This record gives sequence, structure tokens and C-alpha cells, in this order.
Amino acid sequence: MIKRIPRILIAKPGLDGHDRGARIVASALRDAGMEVIYSGLHQTPEMIANTALQENVDAIGLSILSGAHMTIFPKVRALLKEKGLDDVLLFGGGVIPLEDAQKLKAEGIGGIFPPGSSIQSIVDYIKEALSKRD
Amino acid sequence: MFKKEKMRAIRLASEKEGFVEDLESPLTESGISIKSLYTPADISELDYFEDLGFPGKPPFTRGAYTEMYRKQLWTHRQVCGYGTAEETNERLRLLNKIGQTGLNIVPDTPTIYGLDSDDPLAEGEVGREGVAIDSLEDMRDMLEGIPLEDVSTSIIYNYPILFCMYLAVAEEREIPFSKLAGTLQNDTFTITAGAKAWIVPPSGSLKLSTDVLEFCSKYMPRWNPISLVGYHYREAGCTAVQEIAFTLSSGIAYVEAGLSRGLKVDEFAPRLSFFFDAHNDFFEEVCKFRAARRLWARIMKEKFHAQDPNSMRLRFHTQTAGCSLTAQQPLNNIIRTTIQALAAVMGGTQSLHTNSYDEALALPSEEAVRIALRTQQIIAHESGITRTIDPLAGSYFIEALTNQIESSTQDLIKKIDEMGGMLSAVEKNFIQRQITESAIKRHQKIESGQEKVVGVNVFAEPSEKLNIEIMKIPLELEQKQLARLKKARRERDEAKTRKALHKLEDVARKGLNTIEATIEAAKAMATTGEIGALYRRVYGTYTDPGL
Repeated sequence: MIKRIPRILIAKPGLDGHDRGARIVASALRDAGMEVIYSGLHQTPEMIANTALQENVDAIGLSILSGAHMTIFPKVRALLKEKGLDDVLLFGGGVIPLEDAQKLKAEGIGGIFPPGSSIQSIVDYIKEALSKRD
Repeated sequence: MFKKEKMRAIRLASEKEGFVEDLESPLTESGISIKSLYTPADISELDYFEDLGFPGKPPFTRGAYTEMYRKQLWTHRQVCGYGTAEETNERLRLLNKIGQTGLNIVPDTPTIYGLDSDDPLAEGEVGREGVAIDSLEDMRDMLEGIPLEDVSTSIIYNYPILFCMYLAVAEEREIPFSKLAGTLQNDTFTITAGAKAWIVPPSGSLKLSTDVLEFCSKYMPRWNPISLVGYHYREAGCTAVQEIAFTLSSGIAYVEAGLSRGLKVDEFAPRLSFFFDAHNDFFEEVCKFRAARRLWARIMKEKFHAQDPNSMRLRFHTQTAGCSLTAQQPLNNIIRTTIQALAAVMGGTQSLHTNSYDEALALPSEEAVRIALRTQQIIAHESGITRTIDPLAGSYFIEALTNQIESSTQDLIKKIDEMGGMLSAVEKNFIQRQITESAIKRHQKIESGQEKVVGVNVFAEPSEKLNIEIMKIPLELEQKQLARLKKARRERDEAKTRKALHKLEDVARKGLNTIEATIEAAKAMATTGEIGALYRRVYGTYTDPGL
């Protein structure tokens, strides 16, 4: 059981402008009772890490459809570490092939939700991961 | 069209049989209620000459051209672009070899945003969603060996930059601009509210795109200076009705923009072109295309008093719905694309891109794009559909649904108009919010199982193993492009480039038409990023308004 309401940052890193998924996830997580900050488009890894710090978030969901995920996820992970935000859960979705998702998981990135994922699976994942952490 | 008494009798009889619209009736995604049966009574008011007419004549409901596919098939125009100019040139040549009949080029995100490949923001993005075009050198190499005077080129770009580079290549090859056939997407509204791909705020984007419109009206009779795009709104999650309402409203805005430059409507309207989605709901899509044609013809005649019937003709390109593709059981996507392509052909499209089955996972592999193209070819050459024009016309259902879509669309166009038009609606975040609302609704239906997606929420096989080979874009291509960019900068006459950029900025600040100065800048090897930065200096920057 998590003790407090999860604060989630949903971010669109890089130049990719396809935000349908991010908007739907942000909205649905709100409906599921979480506090959600939606960053909007064109966020740099630095901006994301700064927002995470300022907003005191529990988790960050990155939406990447551009194929740049193998560059962006590790960058964000590294910046979070730098800022002492090691325990912030990092997850995401978009156009990310299974092979890459497995590589990212090996680097400490959490759940990767490909096209067709249900919102419920994302909600369950966040709740479980955060309660394990707490 | 049918005798009044007979209609009444049919209506009463069909109601008695239970073929009525009620609360149980399924709705299309646009919210239109569908009965299980339609009769002549459902279209009793239909007037053949007023509402349908003949293809090639107003109101164009039945088709844009008199002969349609008997004379000329729709253009098979597959989107292409990844890596550097070299990789894209190779793929373009392959597509031409296996039967595509028009080019359709998509640049990468840094290029789209007016950034050079070595911009810090471009890292990791170069050549991933499209081809990297930093300078004339890239445009030239990408088009190597492709006869621009014989084939039409669609460029998925929304600012003069790539257009002017294309013209510079044509000039090098001594091809008069007047002979060039093609399209520049160039739709301010779609990039602000649909595909989210802007360099400057909507007012600046509109100014620049109207520059292209004006230039083409004078010098390029075979070029479509604008492709009014509904596809991006639809992919972002809106409904069929919203898709054509937003697109036609954008068309209205561009007609007004052209008129504000002192052009007469018939001088430029014939070359406005459109680009729609072909989604899963087969009949709704067919009727959507027919309704769009009829509505546009009426708008051009009644609102803008066009005299030339060519100004009333809606010509369109279609792309099958990317957002309908699934990552699960990807081969199913071949069937989805086929149904969607059929809807586009039954709806009378002039040009078509068919998606590849692996596109929920990556850019299309060679094998997948081959099948996508063969899909069009089999429809064209084996199905017999092309023999007769607007084959579904006269169906009680088709005409009733076309009428309903037209009516709902008209209401939404009116709403946008009352808000001050499309520019205003976009600046107020109205369009974006409408799209997000529809996207959320649709997702909730899929999540609840109310809407079925084969292989995802029905007939799913969670243990399936992916057996297809997806295309990978190696990171080395980014390095390759950076080297190309470095070389281009090193080899150019720097003084000449500076001079050309100063001239362009001067012209832009004076509010004059920027196209000729941009062509000169392109010839002087000014880069995409340099011109993009110039635009930002002159027109400002724009931030996503968020949720």
C-alpha cells in the first residue's frame, strides 16, 4: 500500500511532436487519483530533471515515438542520479521495440509500455513499484 | 428523387419492421447513429443534380474528375525518408523501381524544427523520423538520378526552406519552375494543432506559408503550394467529422490569406490541395470524402464566389491510419491497411500512401513497404473497383451517411467561424482540446473493451513472439550527417552565405514575399538551421500550450 498520493511527471523529451499517448496517459493517471504534471513538448533531459526536482515527483513517464529512446532515457537517468533523485521511478512508452526495452530495463529504467498497453497496466505498475520503494 | 407517397409508405413500413434509429443504435466515432437498414425514405429529399451531380463538375460529390481512374489511377505515393540523403535516395529509387508513381519525402525532426543536425537539441534525433536535410547539398544528393520534370514530388514540410532548396536543385538542372509538379505541405494549422511541428508561432507560420501560395500562383501552375492536412488531427485522436471540419476551416483561412495578398480567388484556389486519413470505419470514411468534396464546392461558391469550377474542386491525397496499427500481431496491419486503402479508393482519392505492417514498431522495412505498395497495385489492377466512378453512390445508406456527415461538419465549421476562424481557434487552444477530448474518449472505449482491437483487446496472444525483422537506424548515420554538414559549411563561400541571409532577413522584416530571397540563400548554401534561426528572430518562438 502506498501511503500518499503519487506525484507523476509525464514528459515529452526531444523534438518528437506526437503527444496523443502522453496526453491520454496524463489524463488517465489523474482520473486514477494521482497528481500529474504534464510537461508539454520539447523538453530537454535537463528540463525534465529540474522539473522532477522542483515538483518533488515520485515517478517520471517519458513518451518517445522518435526512435531516440536509447539516447534520451540514459541521459535522464544520469541527470536524476546527479541531482540525488535516484529513487525517482523512470518509466515510459512510445515506439520502443522489445529488444530496446529489455536493454533499457537492464540499465535501471522501469516499465516500458509499447503501443497497445492498457492504462490499467501502467497504473498497477506505478502503484506496485512505488509501494516496493516505500 | 422518389415519389412522396411511396416514400411515406416505405418509411412507415420500415419503422413497423423495426429498422429505426434508437438509443441502442451503434454510433460511429463521430457520434452518428447507424441503423441496421436504410431505405429510399432515408434519402427522399436527395436531388441528383443539386446533391450529387457528375464527377468533375460541381458539387463534385461523385469525384474530382470526369474520368477518374479509367483515365489515370491515383498516384501511388509512399512516404520516404530516413538517415542521410544517400539512404533516402536509395529507398526512393527502390520505391520508384517497384512501382510507386510519385515521391513523398519526410524530413527528420531537427529539419522540421529548423535546426541543423549539430544543434544540441538535435542529438539522438538526426535521421530518425525522416531524412536529415541541412543544406542544398543534402537536397541535391537525395534527388540524384530522379527526373524531377517527369515525376511529382510531395514534400512534407511546412516552411519555405526545403521548398526553396528543391527549386534550387531544379534550377541547377535547368528545369523551369513552371514545369515542376508537386506539393508542399505548408499548412500552418496542422503543424500547430495536429502534428506539432512548428518553427515559429502560427501568425509567422501563416505569413511564410502564404508567401509560398503567392509565389506559386504566379510561377508554378503545376505545384500545390498547400496541402490542407486533416490526417494529423485524426492521428492525434479526433473524429472523422472533426477531421474534415478542421481541414476545411483551414482551407477557408488560406483562401482569406490569399485574398488579403490581393490575389483573386480563381488565381490560386484551384491549386489548394487536401490530405486526409483513411481510418477503420469503412463507410464513414467513404462518406467523409464525399461530404468533404460537396462541402468545399459549396463553400467556394457561396462564401468566396469562385467563378472557375476548378476553384471548387477538392483534390486529395490519403494516408491510411497510422494510429490504427498495432504492435501486437503486426501482420494483422496488412489487413487494416487494405481495408483503409479500399475506403480511400472508393472515396475517390487522387493519391495514396499505404502504411507498412511494421510501422507501430519502426520505420518501414523494405519487405514491409513492398507489401504496402503491392496492396495499392492489387486494388488498382485486380479488384475491378476502378472501372466505375463513385461506385457506392445511390446506396441509401451511403447517401444518408454522407448527408449526416456534411451536416455535422457544417455545424463545427460554423462554430470555428464564430470563434474568429481557424487561426483564432488554434491560438485559443480550442482545436487542440477538441482533439484531446476525442482521443481520450476513444481510448476509454478501447480500454473498456467497448471498442475491439483484434490482437490487442480481443484475440490477443500475450505470449506471442515477434517474428519480423524491423528496421534499425544506426547511430552512425547521425555521425555521417554531421560530417556532411561540416563539409558543406567548410566548402561554401561564407561571405556569399552571410550576404544572402542578411538579404533574406531584411526582406522578412519588411513583410515582403520571402521566396526569391530564400532560393538565393539556399543556393548560397545557407543551412536549415540558419534560416530557422532567422525565422525565430523575425517571428518569435512558440511554446506548446500543454493540456
